[in-house]
Amino acid sequence: MCATCGCGPHHHETVTLEQRVLAKNDALARANRVRLAGRGIRAVNLMSSPGSGKTTLLERTVRDLNGRRPVAVIEGDQETRLDADRLRATGCAVTQVNTGAGCHLDAAMVGDALDRLDPADGTLLFIENVGNLVCPALFDLGEDGKVVIVSVTEGADKPLKYPYMFAAADLVVVNKLDLLPYVDFDLDACRAHVSAVNPRASLVTLSATRGDDIGSWYEWLLLN
Amino acid sequence: MHELAIVQRILEAVCERADGRRVRRVTVRVGALTAVVPGAMLFCWELAAEGTDADGADLDIEQRPATARCRACGADLELADLVLLCPCGSADLAVTGGRELQIVSMEVT
Repeated sequence: MCATCGCGPHHHETVTLEQRVLAKNDALARANRVRLAGRGIRAVNLMSSPGSGKTTLLERTVRDLNGRRPVAVIEGDQETRLDADRLRATGCAVTQVNTGAGCHLDAAMVGDALDRLDPADGTLLFIENVGNLVCPALFDLGEDGKVVIVSVTEGADKPLKYPYMFAAADLVVVNKLDLLPYVDFDLDACRAHVSAVNPRASLVTLSATRGDDIGSWYEWLLLN
Repeated sequence: MHELAIVQRILEAVCERADGRRVRRVTVRVGALTAVVPGAMLFCWELAAEGTDADGADLDIEQRPATARCRACGADLELADLVLLCPCGSADLAVTGGRELQIVSMEVT
Protein backbone atom coordinates (compact mmCIF):
# COMPACT_ATOMS: atom_id res chain seq x y z
CA MET A 1 0.00 0.00 0.00
CA CYS A 2 1.28 3.43 -0.85
CA ALA A 3 2.24 5.39 2.27
CA THR A 4 1.30 8.75 0.79
CA CYS A 5 -2.27 8.15 -0.22
CA GLY A 6 -3.07 4.51 0.58
CA CYS A 7 -4.15 3.83 -2.97
CA GLY A 8 -2.17 0.72 -3.89
CA PRO A 9 1.34 -0.09 -5.02
CA HIS A 10 2.49 2.58 -7.41
CA HIS A 11 5.11 5.19 -8.02
CA HIS A 12 4.48 8.82 -7.07
CA GLU A 13 6.01 11.34 -9.40
CA THR A 14 6.21 15.09 -8.89
CA VAL A 15 5.77 17.08 -12.07
CA THR A 16 6.93 20.69 -12.07
CA LEU A 17 4.56 22.95 -14.00
CA GLU A 18 5.38 26.55 -13.01
CA GLN A 19 2.69 27.85 -15.32
CA ARG A 20 0.31 30.71 -14.88
CA VAL A 21 -3.21 29.63 -13.99
CA LEU A 22 -4.71 32.06 -16.48
CA ALA A 23 -2.18 31.24 -19.22
CA LYS A 24 -4.90 29.98 -21.56
CA ASN A 25 -7.14 33.02 -21.01
CA ASP A 26 -4.16 35.35 -21.44
CA ALA A 27 -3.16 33.64 -24.71
CA LEU A 28 -6.73 34.01 -26.03
CA ALA A 29 -6.75 37.64 -24.89
CA ARG A 30 -3.51 38.26 -26.79
CA ALA A 31 -5.07 36.70 -29.89
CA ASN A 32 -8.13 38.98 -29.50
CA ARG A 33 -5.83 41.98 -29.12
CA VAL A 34 -3.86 41.16 -32.27
CA ARG A 35 -7.09 40.55 -34.21
CA LEU A 36 -8.56 43.89 -33.08
CA ALA A 37 -5.38 45.90 -33.65
CA GLY A 38 -5.05 44.47 -37.16
CA ARG A 39 -8.37 46.04 -38.04
CA GLY A 40 -7.91 49.32 -36.22
CA ILE A 41 -10.59 48.45 -33.66
CA ARG A 42 -10.28 50.05 -30.24
CA ALA A 43 -11.86 47.91 -27.50
CA VAL A 44 -12.90 49.28 -24.11
CA ASN A 45 -13.89 46.98 -21.24
CA LEU A 46 -16.58 48.63 -19.07
CA MET A 47 -16.87 47.33 -15.52
CA SER A 48 -18.94 48.41 -12.52
CA SER A 49 -21.36 47.20 -9.91
CA PRO A 50 -24.93 46.57 -11.12
CA GLY A 51 -26.92 49.80 -11.49
CA SER A 52 -24.07 52.29 -11.90
CA GLY A 53 -25.36 53.35 -15.32
CA LYS A 54 -23.12 51.43 -17.75
CA THR A 55 -25.90 50.80 -20.25
CA THR A 56 -27.28 54.36 -19.99
CA LEU A 57 -23.78 55.73 -20.58
CA LEU A 58 -23.42 53.44 -23.58
CA GLU A 59 -26.80 54.46 -25.03
CA ARG A 60 -25.78 58.12 -24.98
CA THR A 61 -22.25 57.38 -26.20
CA VAL A 62 -23.49 55.33 -29.16
CA ARG A 63 -26.00 58.01 -30.16
CA ASP A 64 -23.37 60.77 -29.93
CA LEU A 65 -20.46 58.98 -31.60
CA ASN A 66 -22.08 56.71 -34.13
CA GLY A 67 -21.74 59.26 -36.94
CA ARG A 68 -18.06 59.91 -36.17
CA ARG A 69 -16.83 56.35 -35.88
CA PRO A 70 -18.52 52.91 -36.17
CA VAL A 71 -19.56 51.74 -32.71
CA ALA A 72 -20.33 48.16 -31.64
CA VAL A 73 -21.13 46.57 -28.28
CA ILE A 74 -20.53 43.17 -26.73
CA GLU A 75 -23.08 43.05 -23.94
CA GLY A 76 -22.35 40.73 -20.99
CA ASP A 77 -25.04 39.78 -18.49
CA GLN A 78 -25.80 36.65 -16.54
CA GLU A 79 -29.26 36.41 -18.11
CA THR A 80 -31.66 38.19 -20.56
CA ARG A 81 -31.17 40.18 -23.75
CA LEU A 82 -32.66 43.34 -22.22
CA ASP A 83 -29.51 45.46 -22.41
CA ALA A 84 -28.69 44.28 -25.93
CA ASP A 85 -32.21 45.30 -27.00
CA ARG A 86 -31.76 48.73 -25.42
CA LEU A 87 -28.51 49.26 -27.27
CA ARG A 88 -29.74 47.89 -30.57
CA ALA A 89 -32.41 50.60 -30.43
CA THR A 90 -29.62 53.20 -30.64
CA GLY A 91 -28.61 51.82 -34.01
CA CYS A 92 -25.29 50.12 -33.29
CA ALA A 93 -24.20 46.51 -33.84
CA VAL A 94 -24.72 44.49 -30.64
CA THR A 95 -24.18 40.93 -29.55
CA GLN A 96 -25.27 39.57 -26.19
CA VAL A 97 -23.20 37.15 -24.12
CA ASN A 98 -25.09 35.43 -21.31
CA THR A 99 -22.67 33.99 -18.79
CA GLY A 100 -25.34 32.04 -16.89
CA ALA A 101 -23.84 31.24 -13.50
CA GLY A 102 -20.58 32.96 -14.53
CA CYS A 103 -19.75 36.26 -12.87
CA HIS A 104 -17.41 37.72 -15.50
CA LEU A 105 -16.56 37.68 -19.20
CA ASP A 106 -13.41 35.85 -20.29
CA ALA A 107 -11.27 36.07 -23.41
CA ALA A 108 -12.89 32.99 -25.02
CA MET A 109 -16.39 34.51 -24.69
CA VAL A 110 -15.16 37.75 -26.25
CA GLY A 111 -13.45 35.83 -29.09
CA ASP A 112 -16.72 34.00 -29.85
CA ALA A 113 -18.67 37.27 -29.64
CA LEU A 114 -16.24 38.86 -32.14
CA ASP A 115 -16.93 36.00 -34.58
CA ARG A 116 -20.66 36.76 -34.40
CA LEU A 117 -20.38 40.54 -34.34
CA ASP A 118 -17.68 40.89 -37.01
CA PRO A 119 -17.20 44.64 -36.34
CA ALA A 120 -16.18 46.95 -39.19
CA ASP A 121 -12.58 48.16 -39.44
CA GLY A 122 -11.93 51.16 -37.20
CA THR A 123 -14.83 50.36 -34.87
CA LEU A 124 -14.96 51.67 -31.34
CA LEU A 125 -15.93 48.46 -29.52
CA PHE A 126 -17.44 48.50 -26.04
CA ILE A 127 -17.39 45.34 -23.98
CA GLU A 128 -19.95 45.77 -21.21
CA ASN A 129 -18.85 43.31 -18.56
CA VAL A 130 -21.15 41.58 -16.06
CA GLY A 131 -22.12 44.02 -13.29
CA ASN A 132 -19.65 42.97 -10.59
CA LEU A 133 -16.80 44.86 -8.91
CA VAL A 134 -14.72 41.80 -8.04
CA CYS A 135 -14.32 39.02 -10.60
CA PRO A 136 -13.96 40.82 -13.96
CA ALA A 137 -10.78 42.56 -12.75
CA LEU A 138 -8.79 39.36 -13.12
CA PHE A 139 -9.61 38.41 -16.71
CA ASP A 140 -7.83 40.05 -19.62
CA LEU A 141 -10.19 40.15 -22.59
CA GLY A 142 -7.78 41.62 -25.13
CA GLU A 143 -9.12 45.15 -24.62
CA ASP A 144 -7.12 48.35 -25.08
CA GLY A 145 -8.46 49.97 -21.94
CA LYS A 146 -10.34 49.12 -18.76
CA VAL A 147 -12.94 51.60 -17.53
CA VAL A 148 -14.52 51.35 -14.08
CA ILE A 149 -17.78 53.23 -13.54
CA VAL A 150 -18.94 54.25 -10.09
CA SER A 151 -22.00 56.41 -9.42
CA VAL A 152 -22.56 59.04 -6.74
CA THR A 153 -25.44 57.00 -5.32
CA GLU A 154 -22.83 54.45 -4.25
CA GLY A 155 -20.30 55.14 -1.50
CA ALA A 156 -17.25 57.33 -2.15
CA ASP A 157 -15.25 54.60 -0.43
CA LYS A 158 -15.90 52.05 -3.22
CA PRO A 159 -12.30 52.29 -4.51
CA LEU A 160 -10.99 51.21 -1.09
CA LYS A 161 -13.62 48.47 -0.69
CA TYR A 162 -12.99 47.01 -4.15
CA PRO A 163 -9.33 47.91 -4.65
CA TYR A 164 -8.51 45.14 -7.15
CA MET A 165 -11.02 46.49 -9.63
CA PHE A 166 -9.92 50.09 -9.25
CA ALA A 167 -6.24 49.09 -9.37
CA ALA A 168 -6.88 47.55 -12.81
CA ALA A 169 -8.60 50.65 -14.26
CA ASP A 170 -7.14 52.97 -16.89
CA LEU A 171 -10.06 55.35 -16.42
CA VAL A 172 -12.58 55.79 -13.59
CA VAL A 173 -15.90 57.37 -14.55
CA VAL A 174 -17.98 58.89 -11.73
CA ASN A 175 -21.54 58.84 -13.05
CA LYS A 176 -24.89 60.36 -11.96
CA LEU A 177 -23.27 63.74 -11.29
CA ASP A 178 -26.76 65.32 -11.59
CA LEU A 179 -27.71 63.59 -8.33
CA LEU A 180 -24.74 64.96 -6.38
CA PRO A 181 -26.78 67.70 -4.61
CA TYR A 182 -29.14 65.07 -3.20
CA VAL A 183 -26.72 62.46 -1.90
CA ASP A 184 -23.93 62.29 0.63
CA PHE A 185 -21.05 61.59 -1.76
CA ASP A 186 -17.64 63.20 -1.22
CA LEU A 187 -16.18 63.58 -4.70
CA ASP A 188 -12.76 64.73 -3.43
CA ALA A 189 -12.55 61.72 -1.12
CA CYS A 190 -13.47 59.41 -3.97
CA ARG A 191 -10.75 60.98 -6.11
CA ALA A 192 -8.21 60.52 -3.31
CA HIS A 193 -9.24 56.89 -2.80
CA VAL A 194 -8.83 56.15 -6.50
CA SER A 195 -5.32 57.57 -6.56
CA ALA A 196 -4.44 55.70 -3.34
CA VAL A 197 -5.05 52.34 -5.00
CA ASN A 198 -4.15 53.40 -8.55
CA PRO A 199 -2.05 56.56 -9.06
CA ARG A 200 -1.96 56.12 -12.85
CA ALA A 201 -5.77 56.04 -13.40
CA SER A 202 -7.50 59.04 -14.96
CA LEU A 203 -10.87 60.15 -13.59
CA VAL A 204 -13.81 61.89 -15.24
CA THR A 205 -17.16 62.93 -13.75
CA LEU A 206 -20.36 63.08 -15.77
CA SER A 207 -24.09 62.50 -15.94
CA ALA A 208 -25.02 59.85 -18.49
CA THR A 209 -28.75 60.69 -18.33
CA ARG A 210 -28.37 64.46 -18.79
CA GLY A 211 -25.09 64.55 -20.67
CA ASP A 212 -23.36 66.91 -18.19
CA ASP A 213 -19.55 66.98 -18.67
CA ILE A 214 -19.74 64.15 -21.19
CA GLY A 215 -17.03 65.75 -23.36
CA SER A 216 -14.07 64.52 -21.31
CA TRP A 217 -15.36 60.93 -21.64
CA TYR A 218 -15.47 61.24 -25.43
CA GLU A 219 -12.06 62.84 -25.44
CA TRP A 220 -10.64 59.89 -23.53
CA LEU A 221 -12.36 57.41 -25.82
CA LEU A 222 -11.29 59.01 -29.08
CA LEU A 223 -7.81 60.23 -28.16
CA ASN A 224 -6.43 57.39 -26.03
CA MET B 1 -16.98 33.61 -6.99
CA HIS B 2 -14.35 33.64 -9.75
CA GLU B 3 -12.41 31.11 -7.67
CA LEU B 4 -14.53 28.40 -9.29
CA ALA B 5 -13.37 29.55 -12.74
CA ILE B 6 -9.78 29.67 -11.46
CA VAL B 7 -10.05 26.16 -10.01
CA GLN B 8 -11.50 24.86 -13.29
CA ARG B 9 -8.53 26.33 -15.19
CA ILE B 10 -6.13 24.64 -12.78
CA LEU B 11 -7.90 21.30 -13.20
CA GLU B 12 -7.89 21.61 -17.01
CA ALA B 13 -4.17 22.35 -17.02
CA VAL B 14 -3.10 19.59 -14.63
CA CYS B 15 -5.33 16.91 -16.17
CA GLU B 16 -3.99 17.81 -19.61
CA ARG B 17 -0.40 17.51 -18.37
CA ALA B 18 -1.15 14.33 -16.38
CA ASP B 19 -2.26 12.73 -19.65
CA GLY B 20 -4.37 9.98 -18.12
CA ARG B 21 -2.30 9.49 -14.96
CA ARG B 22 -3.97 10.00 -11.62
CA VAL B 23 -3.35 13.42 -10.02
CA ARG B 24 -2.85 13.10 -6.24
CA ARG B 25 -1.74 16.57 -5.21
CA VAL B 26 -1.59 20.00 -6.83
CA THR B 27 0.47 22.90 -5.50
CA VAL B 28 -0.42 26.44 -6.52
CA ARG B 29 1.03 29.85 -5.64
CA VAL B 30 -1.43 32.67 -4.93
CA GLY B 31 -0.30 36.26 -4.39
CA ALA B 32 -2.14 38.64 -2.08
CA LEU B 33 -2.80 41.07 -4.95
CA THR B 34 -4.68 38.64 -7.19
CA ALA B 35 -8.17 38.97 -5.65
CA VAL B 36 -8.25 35.19 -5.31
CA VAL B 37 -9.33 33.91 -1.91
CA PRO B 38 -7.57 30.65 -0.96
CA GLY B 39 -10.48 29.54 1.25
CA ALA B 40 -12.91 29.91 -1.64
CA MET B 41 -10.57 27.89 -3.89
CA LEU B 42 -10.46 25.05 -1.37
CA PHE B 43 -14.23 25.25 -1.01
CA CYS B 44 -14.87 24.50 -4.68
CA TRP B 45 -11.81 22.33 -5.37
CA GLU B 46 -13.28 19.01 -4.29
CA LEU B 47 -16.53 19.52 -6.21
CA ALA B 48 -14.86 20.76 -9.38
CA ALA B 49 -12.37 17.87 -9.34
CA GLU B 50 -15.11 15.25 -9.09
CA GLY B 51 -15.11 12.92 -12.08
CA THR B 52 -11.76 14.24 -13.42
CA ASP B 53 -8.34 12.58 -13.19
CA ALA B 54 -7.75 14.81 -10.17
CA ASP B 55 -10.79 13.50 -8.27
CA GLY B 56 -9.79 13.30 -4.60
CA ALA B 57 -6.49 15.17 -5.10
CA ASP B 58 -5.24 17.55 -2.41
CA LEU B 59 -4.83 21.23 -3.21
CA ASP B 60 -1.89 22.95 -1.52
CA ILE B 61 -1.88 26.74 -1.66
CA GLU B 62 1.35 28.70 -1.14
CA GLN B 63 0.33 32.24 -0.29
CA ARG B 64 2.64 35.09 -1.26
CA PRO B 65 2.58 38.53 0.37
CA ALA B 66 2.18 41.82 -1.48
CA THR B 67 5.57 43.54 -1.62
CA ALA B 68 6.77 46.77 -3.16
CA ARG B 69 9.85 48.96 -3.56
CA CYS B 70 9.57 52.67 -2.88
CA ARG B 71 10.96 54.70 -5.78
CA ALA B 72 11.50 57.70 -3.49
CA CYS B 73 13.47 56.22 -0.56
CA GLY B 74 14.40 52.80 -1.98
CA ALA B 75 12.83 50.83 0.88
CA ASP B 76 11.45 47.34 0.29
CA LEU B 77 8.18 46.88 2.11
CA GLU B 78 5.34 44.47 2.63
CA LEU B 79 1.93 45.97 1.89
CA ALA B 80 -0.89 45.37 4.36
CA ASP B 81 -3.50 46.26 1.75
CA LEU B 82 -3.77 47.61 -1.77
CA VAL B 83 -3.15 51.20 -0.74
CA LEU B 84 0.25 51.99 -2.23
CA LEU B 85 1.90 54.12 0.44
CA CYS B 86 5.42 53.99 1.88
CA PRO B 87 6.03 55.03 5.52
CA CYS B 88 8.28 57.80 4.06
CA GLY B 89 5.10 59.38 2.65
CA SER B 90 5.68 58.50 -1.00
CA ALA B 91 2.95 56.84 -3.05
CA ASP B 92 5.38 56.10 -5.88
CA LEU B 93 5.76 52.36 -5.34
CA ALA B 94 6.70 49.57 -7.73
CA VAL B 95 4.90 46.34 -6.85
CA THR B 96 7.49 43.55 -6.62
CA GLY B 97 5.36 40.64 -5.42
CA GLY B 98 1.83 39.48 -4.76
CA ARG B 99 0.57 39.10 -8.33
CA GLU B 100 1.49 35.41 -8.58
CA LEU B 101 -1.23 33.01 -9.69
CA GLN B 102 0.65 29.91 -10.76
CA ILE B 103 0.44 26.16 -10.79
CA VAL B 104 3.73 25.15 -9.18
CA SER B 105 3.68 21.36 -9.44
CA MET B 106 1.58 18.24 -9.16
CA GLU B 107 2.06 14.75 -7.88
CA VAL B 108 0.84 11.98 -10.16
CA THR B 109 0.72 8.18 -9.98
